[in-house]
Amino acid sequence: MSLSPSELDAIRENPYRADFPLLAGNPGIAYLDSAATSQRPKSVLDAEMRFYETMNANALRGLYRLSVEATAAIDAARAHIARFIGASDPAEVIFTRNTSESLNLAARSLGKLLLNEGDEVVISIMEHHSNLIPWQQICAERGATLTYLYLDDDYRIPASELDKIGPRTKIVSVTQVSNVLGVRNDIADIAARAHAVGAVCVVDGAQSVPHIPVDVAELGCDFLAFSGHKMLAPMGIGVLWGKRKLLEAMPPFLTGGEMIDSVSEQSAVWAPIPAKFEAGTQDGAGIVALGAAVAYLEGIGMAAVEERERLLAIALTDALASLPFVDIVGPVDGSRHVGAVSFNVQGIHPHDVSSILDMNDVCIRAGHHCAEPLLKRLGESSTCRASIALYNDLSDIDRLVNGLESVWKVFNG
Amino acid sequence: MAEMNLYNAQFMDHVHNPDYKYQMDDVTCSHEGINPSCGDELTFSIRLADDGTIEEAAFTGHGCAISQASADIMSDLMIDKTPEEAIELCKLFMGMVRGEVTDEAELAKLDEAQLLRDISHMPARVKCAELAWRTLEEMLEEHCGKAAEEAM
Repeated sequence: MSLSPSELDAIRENPYRADFPLLAGNPGIAYLDSAATSQRPKSVLDAEMRFYETMNANALRGLYRLSVEATAAIDAARAHIARFIGASDPAEVIFTRNTSESLNLAARSLGKLLLNEGDEVVISIMEHHSNLIPWQQICAERGATLTYLYLDDDYRIPASELDKIGPRTKIVSVTQVSNVLGVRNDIADIAARAHAVGAVCVVDGAQSVPHIPVDVAELGCDFLAFSGHKMLAPMGIGVLWGKRKLLEAMPPFLTGGEMIDSVSEQSAVWAPIPAKFEAGTQDGAGIVALGAAVAYLEGIGMAAVEERERLLAIALTDALASLPFVDIVGPVDGSRHVGAVSFNVQGIHPHDVSSILDMNDVCIRAGHHCAEPLLKRLGESSTCRASIALYNDLSDIDRLVNGLESVWKVFNG
Repeated sequence: MAEMNLYNAQFMDHVHNPDYKYQMDDVTCSHEGINPSCGDELTFSIRLADDGTIEEAAFTGHGCAISQASADIMSDLMIDKTPEEAIELCKLFMGMVRGEVTDEAELAKLDEAQLLRDISHMPARVKCAELAWRTLEEMLEEHCGKAAEEAM
């Protein structure tokens, strides 16, 4: 697969890089690790600062102007984020610290509601540890079984594997995009299979929400977890979206301040959602900044983001495939990749590759990418991973290629 | 770009042509070390001479270039050292790669292992460089005492 001259021109141009202070201030750096964390545009950093400079007060609690403004800003951001993912009810958006916390909330709380001895949770082998360990834990606690959907040789979950979703299945939790392979799962199909047996469908959207249009109504899932820091917002703010009916039935995850209606010496009555799941003071500035990140992405349009990144992923995969000493781990068809491409340099440990690339100012990730069971299944102990975002351009990929040639030269003369 | 010197010809020679990477016979003591996050695995073995010094040292396993070169360089340095001297050198090496020891006269005791001094500017790779040394130190301090006494 190769790109046309006009497609190459589109990703040679970069109208976005200047919006990102870290990238603008370090023109020599090729940042290809956005699957780990993205960079943030100035508008997001300003929004975070503005919260503290102009409306800092504890939201919800104070009966004075500053607190009321902080509360209004958080409510507005919540509604904005709900619209962004196609959710009709802002109260279904629960703020957490990150995807890991969102999935822990889902596993703990849904597990207590739904799982009994002999029940089953189904996940895929390509899950990040964040969508794996919480289910391991709750299954062990409830006497339930954790079942895996495996991949075919083409890195897809085949229909035959989906037959594992059966009458004992209570929860199916799958990532929309793999953080290692970059491949996309057909969530609408998986959600339909889950619902057909009366199971709940949870989706890890950490690697999809930043890169492609995601609409929970179209996906038909019951929960969607994602992180702000991978989608241009600050570290420390994340989201769990869930269907009202389920969220209302679920027991709380963390307890304490602000998540109650009333408390007596021996019992408490939970507040309505979303407050029921948001114990303690929330990261108001982070929430407002996440709203600003969503506004930045909407300003470009998620369809345009997806198209630019599709071209970048094809260019990246093609460039890696053209190096005879590089093996791609995952599909060699670049159009199958959302964000990330994993690879190895023959005979060279990924950590050495990453260190020598770093000496060339190219930032990639090397390791097991918090997906050890997947790597074991693929027969790898670690891989290199280059990942892109909308602010990358063709020069970043050229720098990666030059860096990899330098890696090869260091080891093979 | 100072760190670029790390992967120089002398270092790469230890990666490509290690002198001490083999399964040795008549082992007095051996110990396995791992870096779980990297997948580095290394088994280090020694044989003590009648006078209690290390007369042969060798390793097996796999890992990144830094862990492998470091193990090869360490093996060479340990020949003819007493276990006490070896432990001292392990501590000195770990001090060097963590940037805690910078005294030139002290570091000179590490001989060729000073090649890995730049690791102190690469915090993410300290574990790789330390693997062999940490394994040897653990072996001598915790696992090799009895075997060594018997050998003597």
